[in-house]
Amino acid sequence: MSGEQTVIMDNSGIKRAVTRISHEILERNKGLTDVVLIGIRSGGAYLAEEIGRVTEVIEGVKAPVGAVDITLYRDDVSGHLPHQAVGKTDIPFSLEGKRVVLVDDVLFTGRTIRAAMDALMDHGRPQCIQLAVLIDRGHRELPIRADFVGRNVPTSLKENVAVLFDDKNQPIEVVLEK
Amino acid sequence: MAEFKHKDIIALRDLNKEEIELLLSTAESMREINSREIKKVPTLRGRTIINLFYEASTRTRTSFEIAGKRLSADTVNITTASSSATKGETLADTALNLLAMKPDIIVMRHAVSGSHYFLSEKLPSCSIINAGDGAHEHPSQGLLDMLTMKDKFGRLDGLKVAIVGDITHSRVARSNIQGLTKMGSAVFLAGPPTMMPPGVERLGNVTVCDSMKEAIQDADVVMMLRIQQERQGKTLMPNTREYSRYFGLNPENVKLAKPDAMVMHPGPINRGVEMSSCVVDGDQSWILKQVENGVAVRMAMLYHVCGGELE
Amino acid sequence: MNLLIKGGRVIDPSQNIDAIMDVVVEKGLVKEIGAELTVPAGAKVIDATGKYVVPGLIDMHVHLRDPGLEYKEDIVSGTRAAAAGGFTSVCCMPNTKPVIDNKAIVSYIINKAKHEGFCNVFPVGNITYGMHGERMAEMGELKEAGCVAVSDDGKPVSNSELMRRALEYARGIGILVISHAEELDLVGAGVMNEGLTSTELGLKGIPRVAEDIATAREVMLAEYTNSPIHIAHVSTFGSVRIIREAKARGVRVTCETAPHYFTLTDDAVRGYDTNAKMNPPLREAADVAAIKEGLKDGTIDCIATDHAPHHLDEKDVEFNEAMNGIIGLETSLPLSLRLVEDGVLTLNQLVDKMSVNPSNILVLNRGSLKAGSIADITVIDPAVQWTVEKEKLASKSKNSPFLGWNVQGRASATVLAGKIVYSV
Repeated sequence: MSGEQTVIMDNSGIKRAVTRISHEILERNKGLTDVVLIGIRSGGAYLAEEIGRVTEVIEGVKAPVGAVDITLYRDDVSGHLPHQAVGKTDIPFSLEGKRVVLVDDVLFTGRTIRAAMDALMDHGRPQCIQLAVLIDRGHRELPIRADFVGRNVPTSLKENVAVLFDDKNQPIEVVLEK
Repeated sequence: MAEFKHKDIIALRDLNKEEIELLLSTAESMREINSREIKKVPTLRGRTIINLFYEASTRTRTSFEIAGKRLSADTVNITTASSSATKGETLADTALNLLAMKPDIIVMRHAVSGSHYFLSEKLPSCSIINAGDGAHEHPSQGLLDMLTMKDKFGRLDGLKVAIVGDITHSRVARSNIQGLTKMGSAVFLAGPPTMMPPGVERLGNVTVCDSMKEAIQDADVVMMLRIQQERQGKTLMPNTREYSRYFGLNPENVKLAKPDAMVMHPGPINRGVEMSSCVVDGDQSWILKQVENGVAVRMAMLYHVCGGELE
Repeated sequence: MNLLIKGGRVIDPSQNIDAIMDVVVEKGLVKEIGAELTVPAGAKVIDATGKYVVPGLIDMHVHLRDPGLEYKEDIVSGTRAAAAGGFTSVCCMPNTKPVIDNKAIVSYIINKAKHEGFCNVFPVGNITYGMHGERMAEMGELKEAGCVAVSDDGKPVSNSELMRRALEYARGIGILVISHAEELDLVGAGVMNEGLTSTELGLKGIPRVAEDIATAREVMLAEYTNSPIHIAHVSTFGSVRIIREAKARGVRVTCETAPHYFTLTDDAVRGYDTNAKMNPPLREAADVAAIKEGLKDGTIDCIATDHAPHHLDEKDVEFNEAMNGIIGLETSLPLSLRLVEDGVLTLNQLVDKMSVNPSNILVLNRGSLKAGSIADITVIDPAVQWTVEKEKLASKSKNSPFLGWNVQGRASATVLAGKIVYSV
């Protein structure tokens, strides 16, 4: 990647955003009844764990947290490029009738979310799916919109937005790469 | 992370450790699909897989067929009974005819060792997966065996794996020797000397044992191979009865292995010949888990060859 | 036409000559050899400076596939390939269709070769009628018709009693028996040498002992019946040892090996290359070493190619289905010259193995440049480097494991009874 990196959200910024999103999720769903958190591997899964912890502190109950790997649902697996390693989908509970909050780190074209929703549908029929993202960088290619957004960051297509995590999978900061 | 660049999977001999690890790791992820209610992902939607079987097989063919279907590929089965092989069409001609139907993957089982390399050369635009060729290799079996061992021990490195039976005619043994050696296991072979091919100890980390006892002593894994009077011919052993006495696994000699050793068999089993029924059905038997893992491993193979580099 | 081959290094073991000399040919015979000879009037001159001039090479083991299998090779294409490889004489093996077990087929071959061929063709007839291994062929009549030896090459005579009687009978007639030494029960369905490579490739192996047992039987039968025998295509260290010991105690045994047995090991089969499939199969390094040792110490008398042309359709198949054999006429000389390069043989010994010995063993009255001899002469350019290419081979078939090899040395002119039948 190119050299130039700008920090667009520092660690305390991430903490505040996660806390706000957690409150919004609780407000929208009137608590945690039937709510499950599903993170998209890998960044989204770490954030879902984080939201799970924050909502538990606020609400006193723990929402089930799962993770989905969307590799097998991607729409670009054709083309003879080496296939990515397939991560584990880990949803050890039924989604039937649940209010699913899908969590990802960066919302971009919307294709990942499309794939994730297809994957979730194969695990049962949720009552609804809501989308929480830390960063929305625009440039949607599909009609997809987030319900909970940490921050909207206008970007150009040449730029890249990355959420960095430490080796304990804790978010460090968000950078914009030119 | 390792990348899988091969368009074909013909032999574990052709793969390196990282590639085998990648296949096993993908297979572990594939298992999740097999355990849920909707056992299907759209990954290979629109891809065509031809299962071309020149030798009878229920287990392997079905397993590949299910694997393809769970990845949403269209799978077609051709077995010798319904192919042109009986009308004298050559493999090269059959291959070209199949190619005209634009398959993405051909999964083939063939009695002649190495015929997959021949097929691959003829079909540069199609992926070839070996479902067993002569006495050469059976890579999907080797991978599923390794996955099953990994399930139990969490590792392959440092395991003692005993393989007992007709090594000469066993493609399962060869794939396991190739794969296990790369993954750091030690393979101990036992069988009548008539069934022990020359030079086999040089294929990898292999020790040829003088007796079955020596091979399974303190083994982590005891893998028994199928013995058939028809296959081994008239000259390799007196009969299955005597074979069973010296090379059959029974509740007594299985105790020589480690207390938590796993017992495996590629199937189909001749109960009472290479294994007594109580061992087949016993606590240490992982035979059904092998079958279950077969689907996940084959899904991983189909998935990764589709991303391989065509020539 | 008269001919002067000028200034070459003449190597003629029959006269103990190895010197720069001229060779004068007149009326198809060698007239004179010596230094600085004058050009006879009207003679064509071949400048052999820097070349070797040797008695015409003889390949005593060739499959010309004619009659009956002309889609693989025929007498014209096969002898053209022979001439291009520097051979002035070949012996053709009788596993044709029909086989060479009667006078008519022998006459057909001799006539066709005489009128359309590019080198001498000496037919080898069958030991047994129909090559079925059941009763003796009419060896006397075969000899009269022009056969120089009998063999069921491609198949052994499995019945030891029949082989014993064939050796005795052939001795009476004065015809040599050439044995394809192979114990078929031990070969079974084998398709390559039995060893590490066959184990790794999962191909059914042919053990060395399948050849060794048969070689030992032939030697013992020859010894018991006091008859000469020639063992074809020796490929194992065991066979070399058996023949060496037999020769030492006076058994009338001679033998040949082929260039691929001292050039390749069964490693060439890796990749399931059907052009590395032949019978006997390519062996291992220890065998290659023993073959070279046997050539060096005189145990192995001749280098013969076992030139076995097969159509692409018979080789472009799965390994087990592929026919056995490779072509060899056009690669034999460069591969054999490597033995000289590597110090295994002297140039003199090489000429012995490729001309003098086969002529003596089969009584062909060739293999010499003495004045008055038939002027079958090969001029060899030892320095030329070339690549073995499918398109440039004269043989109809292209089944060679040496395609793409860069080799050194080849015939630059092949002279048959004073006539230039090949020149570069």
